[in-house]
Amino acid sequence: MIRLTLERVGFVYPDGTRALDGVDLQVQPGEAVAIIGQNGSGKSTLVRHLDGLLRPTEGRVLHDGLDTRSVRTAVMARAVGIVFQDPDRQIFSRRIRDEVAFGPRILGRSRERVTAAVAEALEIVGLSDVADQNPYDIGTSRRKLLALASILAMETPVVVLDEPTTGQDARGVARVTAVVETLRDAGRTVIAISHDMRFVAETFERVVVLRQGRVVLDGSPGEVFAEPAWPTLKATFVEPPLPARLGARLGLGSTPTEKALVEALAARGGPATPVR
Amino acid sequence: MLRLREVSYRYAGYARPVLHDVSLDLASGEIVGLVGPNEAGKSTLCLVASGLAPGSIGGELTGGGLEIDGAPMAGQPLHELATRVGIGFQNPATQLSGVAGSVFEEVALGPMNLGLPARETVARTRAALATLRIEDLAERAPRRLSGGQGQLVVLASLLAMRPPHLILDEPTAQLDPDGTRSVGEALRRLAASGAGLLIAEHKTDLLAELCDRVVVLDGGRLVAAGPAARILSDPTLAGYGVEPPTAVRLERALAARGLDAAVVRQ
Repeated sequence: MIRLTLERVGFVYPDGTRALDGVDLQVQPGEAVAIIGQNGSGKSTLVRHLDGLLRPTEGRVLHDGLDTRSVRTAVMARAVGIVFQDPDRQIFSRRIRDEVAFGPRILGRSRERVTAAVAEALEIVGLSDVADQNPYDIGTSRRKLLALASILAMETPVVVLDEPTTGQDARGVARVTAVVETLRDAGRTVIAISHDMRFVAETFERVVVLRQGRVVLDGSPGEVFAEPAWPTLKATFVEPPLPARLGARLGLGSTPTEKALVEALAARGGPATPVR
Repeated sequence: MLRLREVSYRYAGYARPVLHDVSLDLASGEIVGLVGPNEAGKSTLCLVASGLAPGSIGGELTGGGLEIDGAPMAGQPLHELATRVGIGFQNPATQLSGVAGSVFEEVALGPMNLGLPARETVARTRAALATLRIEDLAERAPRRLSGGQGQLVVLASLLAMRPPHLILDEPTAQLDPDGTRSVGEALRRLAASGAGLLIAEHKTDLLAELCDRVVVLDGGRLVAAGPAARILSDPTLAGYGVEPPTAVRLERALAARGLDAAVVRQ
């Protein structure tokens, strides 16, 4: 288990583009955190600091209090696994099973442990039945699940997902949701970047909102999507989920999920009448 | 009018076809949504409707064909095809040319390759960037864009070519809600100017706002087609792995609890 801390982290790309600007963030072991914000707000840049793919140009990134400036990327990769947006940037094997085995194998795990981890990872993303096929014989959406499986098999205490539901149909989204819940139940930390507000509100206990490389909101879905936060959301071009908007209009308080809205309406009883 | 007539298609090296007897008309000014589970053949249908399959990528039409404005597209050279139909791939990284130093040059490549004069190329490039509200990206290096920014740049390139038909494979997959809205507005305007649009999307909320018609593809066959409102609220849709729009889901959840669902529509 590992505690991640970002202290006033800033990052400027070599071409001068500033992607992060004084980010303070602490993620406790076992937390499930969603990071949201406009395209180009620094979400992907931020998570690349967690496993050392990028090093801050200002501030510090700590793993359990240890400044990661002195830690090699290969060592950080044992703690944090990142599943990228585009699976084709991380898939290179000819057989799905080998692709998933590559990570735990280079971590030096025993053959038995690799085999077990591969089987478990393929099972949880629903790819067991195609384990002997070529990754490029399955569609993009399943290749995304394959990329997810290859990170899961590394059994890192922290798993980072960059837009995991993109391109998934309803069943694929349900799979991804189940993966997040399984990881959380196992006490592992999950951090996901997403534009899918329904997925965010229903699956995560904490939501961090980025705007132009800064954290502008940080709280539970109930807090972040509550009416008082709307002006801040609006400035970051994030729209609260429909149930949150309806709940506010009906005077039901903060109802970030469909379930919360239906429960609140049922609890109030009587016909639903907008308060304004 | 872009017309697919009873199209069956198989990829090179594969015995079984991916599409079976698909017939689809895309009229001028019309926006048609294409939904279905993963691996139903949506991306393949996009490739066939744009003439890239089998024309450029190989494989074989085992039945039917693509016609645009009454003319069969089989054997048409790519530059002819490009004046009649454009396609936006799912992944912007596969579409950005890799030869342009800036976003502005990237977007200008399309109209330039259509042989348009420089003045017209520049005007169209500026207009396309403005439509998607990404003028501020003009000087950026295409390689340095985020996933969503890349997707907007690819769309701008397509808009600049002003194709009479446009096929889009998940055009907003990597976009934030605001970017999705910009794209929605741009596509509506493009259709209003007379273009026919086919959009493969999982975001049914967007399709509900945008589309005249929606077609459902499953296992390479069209299994349903009709007005967007009817198809998207059809109770059998979920069986095809398609998430109904949020409003439809909420109405059902409220009705199931005996609550008045009218609140959703206000």
